[in-house]
Amino acid sequence: MTAHVAVASALEVSELRVNTLTGSPVLKGVSYAIAPGEVLALVGESGSGKTTAGLAALGHFRRGLAPAGGTVTARPRDGEPVDVLGLGERERRTLRGHTLAYVPQDPALSLNPALRIGRQIGEVLEAHGYGTSDEERAARVAEVLGEVGLPADEAYQRRYPHQLSGGQQQRVGIAMAFACRPSVVVLDEPTTGLDVTTQTLVLRTVAALTAEHGVAALYITHDLAVVAAIADRVAVMRGGEIVECGTTGEVLRRPAHAYTRELVDAVPDLDRGGDLPAPDGDTQTLRVKDLSVSYGEHEVLRDVSLTVHSGECLLLLGESGSGKTTLSRCVAGLNEHHTGTVELDGAALAPATRRRSAEELRAVQYVFQSPYSSLNPRRTIAQSVEVPLEMLTELPKAARRERVAETLDRVRLSRELAGRLPDQLSGGERQRAAIARALVTTPKVLLCDEVTSALDVSVQATIIDLLCELRAELGTAMVFVTHNIALARHVADRIAVLRGGEIVEVGPVDEVLSDPRHEYTRRLLANTPRM
Amino acid sequence: MSTRSTVFRRALSLPQAKIGLTLTAVVVLLAVLGPWLGPWLTGHDTTGFAGKPFQSDGVAGTDGLGRDVFTRFLAGGATLLLYAVLATAIGVVLGTALGMLAGYTGGRLDSVIMRGNDVLLSFPQLVFALLAIAMLGPQGWLLVLVIGITHAPRVARVARQATVAVKDSDYIRAAQLYAMPRRRILLREVLPNITGPLMVELGLRLTYSIGYVASLSFLGLGIQPPSADWGLMINENRIALVVEPWGVLLPVLAIAVLTVGTNLVTDSLASAAAGREKEVTA
Amino acid sequence: MSRLIVRRLLVSLAVLWLVTLLVFVATLLLPGDPARAILGQQATPERIAALRAQLDIDAPVWERYLNWLGGVVTGDLGTSTATQGPVNDLLGDRIGASLVLLVAAAVLSTLVGLALGTWTAMRRGRAADHTVSGISLVIAALPEFVIGVALIVLLSTTVFPLLPSVTLAPPGEPVWSQPSQLVLPVLTLTLVVTPYITRMMRATMSEVLDSGYVEMARLKGIPEKTVLLRHALPHAIGPVAQVIALQLAWLAGGVVVVEFLFRYPGVGQALIDAVNSRDVEVVQAITLLIAAVYIVVNLLADIVGILTSPKLRAEVTR
Repeated sequence: MTAHVAVASALEVSELRVNTLTGSPVLKGVSYAIAPGEVLALVGESGSGKTTAGLAALGHFRRGLAPAGGTVTARPRDGEPVDVLGLGERERRTLRGHTLAYVPQDPALSLNPALRIGRQIGEVLEAHGYGTSDEERAARVAEVLGEVGLPADEAYQRRYPHQLSGGQQQRVGIAMAFACRPSVVVLDEPTTGLDVTTQTLVLRTVAALTAEHGVAALYITHDLAVVAAIADRVAVMRGGEIVECGTTGEVLRRPAHAYTRELVDAVPDLDRGGDLPAPDGDTQTLRVKDLSVSYGEHEVLRDVSLTVHSGECLLLLGESGSGKTTLSRCVAGLNEHHTGTVELDGAALAPATRRRSAEELRAVQYVFQSPYSSLNPRRTIAQSVEVPLEMLTELPKAARRERVAETLDRVRLSRELAGRLPDQLSGGERQRAAIARALVTTPKVLLCDEVTSALDVSVQATIIDLLCELRAELGTAMVFVTHNIALARHVADRIAVLRGGEIVEVGPVDEVLSDPRHEYTRRLLANTPRM
Repeated sequence: MSTRSTVFRRALSLPQAKIGLTLTAVVVLLAVLGPWLGPWLTGHDTTGFAGKPFQSDGVAGTDGLGRDVFTRFLAGGATLLLYAVLATAIGVVLGTALGMLAGYTGGRLDSVIMRGNDVLLSFPQLVFALLAIAMLGPQGWLLVLVIGITHAPRVARVARQATVAVKDSDYIRAAQLYAMPRRRILLREVLPNITGPLMVELGLRLTYSIGYVASLSFLGLGIQPPSADWGLMINENRIALVVEPWGVLLPVLAIAVLTVGTNLVTDSLASAAAGREKEVTA
Repeated sequence: MSRLIVRRLLVSLAVLWLVTLLVFVATLLLPGDPARAILGQQATPERIAALRAQLDIDAPVWERYLNWLGGVVTGDLGTSTATQGPVNDLLGDRIGASLVLLVAAAVLSTLVGLALGTWTAMRRGRAADHTVSGISLVIAALPEFVIGVALIVLLSTTVFPLLPSVTLAPPGEPVWSQPSQLVLPVLTLTLVVTPYITRMMRATMSEVLDSGYVEMARLKGIPEKTVLLRHALPHAIGPVAQVIALQLAWLAGGVVVVEFLFRYPGVGQALIDAVNSRDVEVVQAITLLIAAVYIVVNLLADIVGILTSPKLRAEVTR
C-alpha cells in the first residue's frame, strides 16, 4: 500500500491532552495524522492510554475523563474539515457513525443483546438519514454484510448477537462501522479473543474495506505481529505519550526508541527461539492414557494419551474450546469426572486431589492462567506461598518460612513484596508469586495453564525466561498449555496439538513447525502473523 | 494505597459514615445509660405514678397512667436494642452459614436450602412474626428468634450469591489442589473474600431488626406493658398526640435517628465494598 | 420459553403448598390444650368442648390438615373463634379495602421510583443525584409507623391539620367513599417503598448506561432519546421487576402496621385483632392470603424477567 502523501489527512489529532476529573493526566499531548486509505497502528501495553486516544478521535470520553487541550480535526467525505472537540454534543453525534466510526474490542459486550443484528446495522443508517427510503437502507445493510463476508439474507439479519460466533459478531461490528461509508474508522483491538484463523479473516476484511473505500483507519492493538500484517504506519504509545512514530517497516526493523526496541524484542518469534536445555533423561515422569471427559452429549476430551519425560517441556497447543484446560485440570486432580488414567512415575494417580497422597500432591503443581484471580486477595504473598507447605508437609513453621523465602528468591521476587497483598503488585509480580507457590513443594511436574495470556508482551517474555531458567535449574518436567504457537521454540521441546478434544499431532518442536503433518497445524502456522 | 485496605476502613473515611456512626452512637449511649440515668435525673421510676395523666409536668409530661414520660423514654431503648442486636446476630450467622454452604457445595444441597428459603421468603417478615406470636404469645425470646429466622433466608441469598461469585476463582481451585478440607476452604478462602456484602447485610439487618422489634411493640405484640419501651410508648401515647406530643415524638425521634444512623453506615459500607470489587476486576 | 414459564408456575405451586404446610404446622405449636390456650383459663368446659369439636382436635394431625386444606382450596377459610362466624364473611370487605391501599401505593411508588431512578442515573454525581440519594437513604431507614406518625404530626394534627388521621368511614361503607381518609395510609406506604425502587432503578440504569452496547450506540451517533428508550431501558426492566415485586411483598407486610396506625378496616387490622384474641383460623387464613399475594407477585416478576430476556425470547423465534 502506498502512503497518500498529497491528499490531506482524513483525521488529524494534535497535542491532545486528556485528564481524569481529579486532574491526573491520561494523555499527555498526543499527535498523529492519518491519510485516506491509510492504516495507522496505535501500539501500546495495558494502561498506555491507547483506548482513550482512540475514543477521543470520536470526541467521546469515558466517565471520569475530560479533554484538557489539543484538537481533533476530521474531514468528512464531502465537506470541510471540522474541529471535533469544538462541537457540541449534538453536532458530534451527527459525525459519529457517519464520518467517524468505531469498532469495539469486545463485540459480545458492544452489540445490544436484545436487538436483531440487521436492525442494529440499519439503525446507524436511520440515525444519519442514509439514503432516501427504507428499501435503499435495507439494500445497504445487505450490501455491507456481504462486504464483511457474512450472509446477507433476511433470516441471518433476524438473528440475535448471541446466536453468532465471536468472529461473526466482530464482523457485524465492522459492518456497523462501515455502513455509512465513514472517512475514518477507529478499531480498538478488534481481534483480541479471536482464534488465529478468525483473526486473519477479520484482518483481511479490514484491510480490504479500508483500501477499497479510501478509509483512514486507526488500528489500536498490543500485538506487534498483527501490526506487521495490517498497518502502513505505527505509533508506539507509552504512559499517555507517543514515543515513536514511523512506517511499519522502519519501526519494527529499526526501532529508534528504547521502549520500542524492548517491545519488539519481547515478541515471541515462531522462527527463532532461545537455546533450550536438553531434557536430562528419558524416564517417563507423567503419562496420560486414554483420557476422556464428556458432559452429557458433549465430549470435551476423547482418548487423549501423552507422555512427558523428566526435565522436558511439552507445549500443549489448542484454541479456545479445544479442551486443553480440561486436560491439564484432569492431570492436576481438579476434574474427577474423567475416564482413563494419569500416571506419575509409573503409579496411577487418583482422579481427585482429595484421594491423592500428600507426596503425590506435592509432585504435581499447577500455575493458573490469571494471576489476578489465582491469589487470594486477602492473604499476603508469603501467606499464599506458604499454604501448600502447610497442607502438604509436616515442616515446622520456621522451616516453612525459610522455604518460602528461598522460593521467592528463586522466582526473583523481592523479599519486600512478601508481606504485601496481591492487589499491591503488578501482574508480572503476581504471576511470579503464583509460580513460587507452585514450586515451593519442589514438584516433579509443573502444569502451566496459559500463564502469560493475561500479561503484557514485555512481561510475558520475562515470565517465559524465568520458567526456562527454573526448568534448567530444577529439572522439573513441564506442560505448557497455550493457544499461541509462536511461543513454541521459546519454551518447549515437544508439541502436542489438541483440537476438538483430540490430539492431532505430537512431535519435537522443530519437526512440527518445519514439517507439520496435520492439516490443522498447517493452517494454524499459516495464519499466525509474523513480524 | 494503605497496606491493608479493608472495606471497613474505606467506609469510615466517607463523611456519611461519620455522620451515621455519630447518630448511632448517640442513641446507643442514650439507650444503654438511660435506664440508670432516668431515676437519677428525674427522681421517678419507669412505672411509678408521677402526676395526673397527660399533664405537662417534668421535662416531657406524663402519660395516660400518670407516669413520667422522660424517665420512660430514657429507659425505653435498652431492650429494643438488645433484641435487635440478638436477632441480627442469629440471622446473619445462620444465613451466612447456609448461604455459603449452598453456594459452595451446589447440587442437591443447594436446591434443598434455597427452596426452603423460598418458603420462608413467601411471608413478609412481620407477618411471619405475627403468626408465631399468635401461637406462642408475645415473649422476648420468641421475638428474637423469629426475627432472626426470617432474616436468615435473606442473608443466605446474599451470602450464596457472593460465594458463587468467588468459588470459581483460581485461588479456590488452588486450595482444592492442596486437598484443603471444605470447612477450611469456606472459612479461610471464601469468608474473608465475601465480608464486604456480608457487612452490608449486617447493617441492613440491624436497621430492619430495630424497625421490626419497635413495630411489634407498637402493635402491642412485642415488649409488653408495663415495661418502658419506645415502640410501646408511641402506641400508649398517640391518643394524646395533640395535647402531650412528647410521649410520641421523643421515641419516634430516637428510633428515626437510630435507624437513619445505622442505614448511613450500611450505605457507606456498601459503596466501599462496591468500590473494592471494581478494583479487583479492573 | 413457555416450558420455562410452566416450570416456574409449578415451582410457585409447590412453594404455596409448603406454605400451607408451614401455616398449619404453626398451629401445632399452641402450648398444652389448644382449645384452652385459645380461650384462656376462664373458659367454661362447654365452650372448650365446642371449640375442640370445631378444631377437630381429636382427629389425627394429617386428617385435620387435609380437612383444612380442602376448605382453603374450595374457598372456605374456616370459622372465627372470636366472632363465631365464617372467616370468609369477616374478610370479605376487608380484602377489597386492603387491595385499594396496596394497589394505590404500588402504582404510585413504582411510577415515582422508576422515574426518579432513571432521572438520577442520568445525572450521576450531580447535585440532584446527591439530594435524591440522601433523602431516599434517610426515608428507607425509617420503619412504617415512624413515617406514619411523622405524617400525622405534619399533615393531620399539629403542623397543618388538613387530613383525617384515622379512618372515619362507618363499617359497611366502602373506604373509598371518603377519599381524604386514604391519603395518609397510601402516602405512608408509598414513602416506605419508593426509596428502594428509586435506588434499585438508579443502580440498574447506571450499570446499563455504562455498558458496552450503550457506549456503542452513542458511538454510532444514535440520538440520546433513542439510546435511552431502545438500548438502555429494555435491559433495566427485568432486574427492576424483581425488586418491585419484592417491595410490593414488603407492602403486604407494611400494610399491617399502617392499617393499625390509621385504624383502617383492612386485612392487616383484622390480623392484629386475631393475633390478640388468638383467633387461630383467622390468623391462618390471613397469613396464607398474604403469602399467596407475595408468591403471585413474584411469579409475575419472574415471568416479566423471562419475557424480557433476549436469549430466551430468541428461542421462540427460532
